[in-house]
This record gives sequence, structure tokens and C-alpha cells, in this order.
Amino acid sequence: MNGPDRSSHLPPVVELNGVGRSFPGPPEVHAVSGVDLVIEAGEYLSIVGPSGSGKSTLLHLLGLLDVPTTGTYHLDGADTSAMGEAERAAWRGRKIGFVFQSFHLLAHRTVLENVALAMVYTGVPRRERGDRARAALERVGLGHRIEFSPSTLSGGERQRVAIARALVSGPSLLLADEPTGNLDSVTAGSILDLFDSLHDQGLTLAVVTHDDAVSRRAQRRVRTVDGRVHELEVEAA
Amino acid sequence: MRSFRGTPPHPRVRSSFSLRDLVDEALAGVAARPARLALTTLGTVLGVAALVATVGLAQTAGGQIAGRFDAVTMTEVVVAPRDPGATPGGNRGESTSTAPAALLPWDAEARLGRLAGVVASGTYSRLNVGADRVRTVPVVDPSGAAEQTMPVAAASPGLLSTLDGEVVTGRFFDEGHDRRADPVAVLGAHAAERLDINRIDVQPTVFIGDRPFTVIGIIDGVNRRTELLDSVVIPNGTAAALYDLTGPDEVRIRTALGAAQQVGAQAPLALAPNAPEGMEARVPPSPAHVKADVASDVNALFLLLGGVALVVGALGIANVTLLSVLERVGEIGLRRSLGATRRHVAAQFLTESVTIGFLGGMVGAAVGVLLTVGVSIARDWTPVLDLRLAGGAPLLGAVIGLIAGTYPAWKASAVQPIAALRSGT
Repeated sequence: MNGPDRSSHLPPVVELNGVGRSFPGPPEVHAVSGVDLVIEAGEYLSIVGPSGSGKSTLLHLLGLLDVPTTGTYHLDGADTSAMGEAERAAWRGRKIGFVFQSFHLLAHRTVLENVALAMVYTGVPRRERGDRARAALERVGLGHRIEFSPSTLSGGERQRVAIARALVSGPSLLLADEPTGNLDSVTAGSILDLFDSLHDQGLTLAVVTHDDAVSRRAQRRVRTVDGRVHELEVEAA
Repeated sequence: MRSFRGTPPHPRVRSSFSLRDLVDEALAGVAARPARLALTTLGTVLGVAALVATVGLAQTAGGQIAGRFDAVTMTEVVVAPRDPGATPGGNRGESTSTAPAALLPWDAEARLGRLAGVVASGTYSRLNVGADRVRTVPVVDPSGAAEQTMPVAAASPGLLSTLDGEVVTGRFFDEGHDRRADPVAVLGAHAAERLDINRIDVQPTVFIGDRPFTVIGIIDGVNRRTELLDSVVIPNGTAAALYDLTGPDEVRIRTALGAAQQVGAQAPLALAPNAPEGMEARVPPSPAHVKADVASDVNALFLLLGGVALVVGALGIANVTLLSVLERVGEIGLRRSLGATRRHVAAQFLTESVTIGFLGGMVGAAVGVLLTVGVSIARDWTPVLDLRLAGGAPLLGAVIGLIAGTYPAWKASAVQPIAALRSGT
């Protein structure tokens, strides 16, 4: 598909073409319609918009948690619309790292086990998991909390564990849903600093938020309005 | 810095979830809430324990009863002609023309001695002495004080040891007395008491009708044919000569433990090789039958109770697993976001409920075995337990867990990851 000189023609990480998602009614709801969106490798994108604007639906579509009713979605050049449920799950585990507002850490497992959980379903050999989880935790600055229980960590630390879990599979896209929604402003700032440094390392990020301050940290911003996506001018920092 | 780009997607990828990972995740899920685990398994524990204890106690009790029978009944075989009343008269040593098969040989003891498993044997016959009475003086005493009506029996020398009897004083008659048809008699303990005879060194004589017999011994302690203790017993040869006895009424055999069935099958052939069908051997019921009978009627109620407890246990597992699915919606959504398929999620919850059932079955089996042993100790029994039962009980628990977990697992697999991840739990 890419020919011999793929380095110069890397496909975009995300390529949405006329994507729509409607929920059968009555009345039928078009949560998202006619969305064309391309996210190139290494981009840091934020998606803002009021609730009910289709922001969440777009997040689910990007995360392969939902299937568009119209249009196509290419992830790393592969047409995900043609995939079955099981293959989509496998693709999701390998290509997308999720970060949630409420962290979703397993309370009864250590920090290390929580991170290693991301490798259970992606075919990583068991003996490699410990080292890779440790490396991911080092990257988010939690190398000293490896054997802790999540319940003893602060909110910011918990979110770092969740980010380490999202990174450990080497995803093509880090998809964050209101990552600072449960954090105070200082802690939120440190998480956003971490995102910046991950972006500097070449990671592709898409952050869904309703918070302008969060979205301003992104290199590129889009706004969802009535199920459609509009590019926003990036203000000078 | 390494690139975060994935390689372009040429091969189809599949989520993997190895068996070891599945077991690890399920065990971690089960172990996360120990108190709840204990309560969840309670129903299964009770049900399995009730079943194991019931069956175990039935087997133990069955073993006890059979063991008690073993002491006497289980080693006793009696052979008698099929229809002794139809035997026509005849003399000793002569063949009877009409029904030779229906007559026990005089040398029954010698014939049976050759069979493996025979410990002792002896013949017994009740003699018809008509109106003859037993006295200790030769004249008819009008006062009748020392005159008794008592049974007279004929026996072979081996009968005493066959019946586990003992000689109180004097001796039992032997083959010589038998062969010579000596007029000797042995008295049962009760008979001796009634005749006022308690020592034999004075060579007392008893008269049956007008015939004198020298008393050579007094016996006691037989565990079968206790009428012997009330009888005057004379040798077969004497009975044949004086009372025209044509053949023994029956042969009693004491066998080695466990040999009764076999001896019972062989004895008729040894006693009447030409017509073994004319002999009837009464053997004790086989131990297997005794146990089966006990197991079947003692325990129906307890088995029913155990079954009810198992159903309750299954409902408990189903209930708690379903609750756990609702509680762990966030975890399910997370696992789906990490690449788990619906099938993986279902497999994990099913494995968890099977594990719970298996644990319940194991604890229940242990409790059941302890109950069986405890009751056995209290009753001074030997505990008997089928090992397959103890081994099978945890499997039964696992099957219960499997059945109970099916619906919750299906519910878990149907959780929508979107809703789950947004739920904030």
C-alpha cells in the first residue's frame, strides 16, 4: 500500500472520511455526521465542545469502541470499518492507549500489575511484561511507586499510572477523555506537562475535553458543534 | 527516541488471552474480596459437605453392619437335602433306591475338609425318639422327678468346633465312638442341669427310653443351634445303629472370612457329586448386598437435603457473581478498551464462578470427611469412604459454579464499554 518509500508517505494515524454515527429512534439521532478528520503522526490534537455536540461519540469512534454508520475510518492505514468485533478489539488493544477521567485502576492490584494488565490481551509474553511495565512507569515518573496499591496514591499519581498503562503497549494514538476532570489545577498542570513531553517524544495525542485551558495546550484544536467538526485557530501561547 | 508509530497493518491481528492469563485474572478477581468469597461458597460448602457426609456415613455404617455379620453369619454355610421329608427309610451304608441325591453322606466332614476355605464342619440331626423319656435311673420312677422330655440329637465329631462350642467338663465324642457306634452321650449344659448331672468322673448314665448311654462330657457356648444345649447328643454311628438314622439332616460349615460364597457353591458338589442339585446350600448375603441395602434406605432424606443445599449454593454463586458484574462494569469496560473481546470477558467471569464452586466443593468435601471421621470416632466405628467421592466433590462444586456462572458471564460480555468507561466507577 505504501510502496517502497514508505518513510516519506506514512499514512496518517487517523483518517476519517465522511464519518457519521446515528442512533435509531424514534426520533433517529445523528450524533455525528459527515466528519472528515485527519490526525498525522506526532500531532497533539484537542477536541472541545459542549456536551451533546457529538464529542463523546467521536471519542468512541476514534477509540474503536463504536462503529460508524456511514463513512470510513482508517487507523494506521487500515480500514477499521470492515473489521469484525474481535479484530476491532485486538486493534484497539494494540493501537490505542486510553486515559480516562476516572482512571479505572483495579483497586486490588499493585501499580505494576495495573500497568501490566494492558499487555494481557495483546500477546506480550509474560516474562517481558514486568520490564516493560517498569519502563512505562519510569517514563511517567512513577518508578518509585511500583509495588504500591493505587488506593495509597494521589489523584495525579493515579492518572500517571493510567497513562503508563496506556503507553505500555506502544500505541499509535493516545486517546484521553477529560484526563484532568478529577484533578485539581496544580496536579492537572503536571499531567498536561507530561502530555507535552510525550508529544515531544513523538507520541500522537488526542485529548477530548470541555476545558479551554486544557485544550489550549494542544498544538491543534478542533471543536464539535452539532455533530460536525470545525478546526480552530491556534492562538499564540 | 523511538517512534510511536505502529507498523502499517498488513497481518490480521487477534487479541490473545492465554489460559494462564485467564486463570491469573480470574483468581485475582476471586481473591480480591475474601470475605465475600467465603460467604459465596457457603451454600456450596454446606451442600457438598452434606452429600459427602451422608454417603460417607452410609458407607461407614454399611461397613459396620457387614463387619458384625462377618463374625458369625458371614462365615456360616448350611447344606441340607432339598426335601428331607421325602427321604424314605434306609440303613447306614446302603444306597437308597428312590432318592439318593437327597441324602447327605456320613463322611460329609471328610469331604468338606478338602475344600479350600472350610475351617470346620459337622453334621447335625434331630432324632425321633418317639415317646421315650430321658432319665438318670433305669427304672420308671412314679414320682417322675428325674424324668425329662428332652430332644435327642445326633452329631459328627466336628460339630462342636464348627459351632464354636466348648467342653465344660469331660470330652466330646470322636470318630472312634462314631465308628463303633458306642452308646455314649454328651449333654448340653441346660440338659445336664435338668438331669442334675454336673460331673462326669463318676461316669453317670442316662437312659433314653430303656437304652443306657454313658455321659462323657458336657458342652456349652455354641453360637448356633443353641437347642444343642438342651439336648442329649449322641454320635451319628450310634444313632444309625439304634434309631435307624439314614443320613444327617444338615451339614454346618464354618468358613474362612470371605469364603462363604465360594464354599456355598462348591459344597453341594463335594457332598453329592452325582446329583449336586439335590443339595441346598444356604449362604449369607454377600457383603455388597448388605452395604447397598443400608445405603439405599438410610440416606434418601439427607441426600435430598444436600441436593437442596447445592441448589441454594448455586443460586448464591449466581447472585453474587451477577452483583459482582454490576459492580465491576468499569473494570469490564477497561478490559474491553485494552483489547479484550466479549468472549474473553465472559471466559473470565465464568472461570471465577467455577473457581468459587471448586473452592466450595473442596472445603465441603473436607468438612464432609471430617464429619464422617468424627461420627465414626464417637461411635467407635471404622470410617469407610470412597476416595472417588472425596475427589469428585470439588468437581461437583466446579460444575455448580459453571452452571451458576453462565448467566452472569453472559451479562458481563454484554456490557457496553462506552457506558462502562463513562460511569466513573
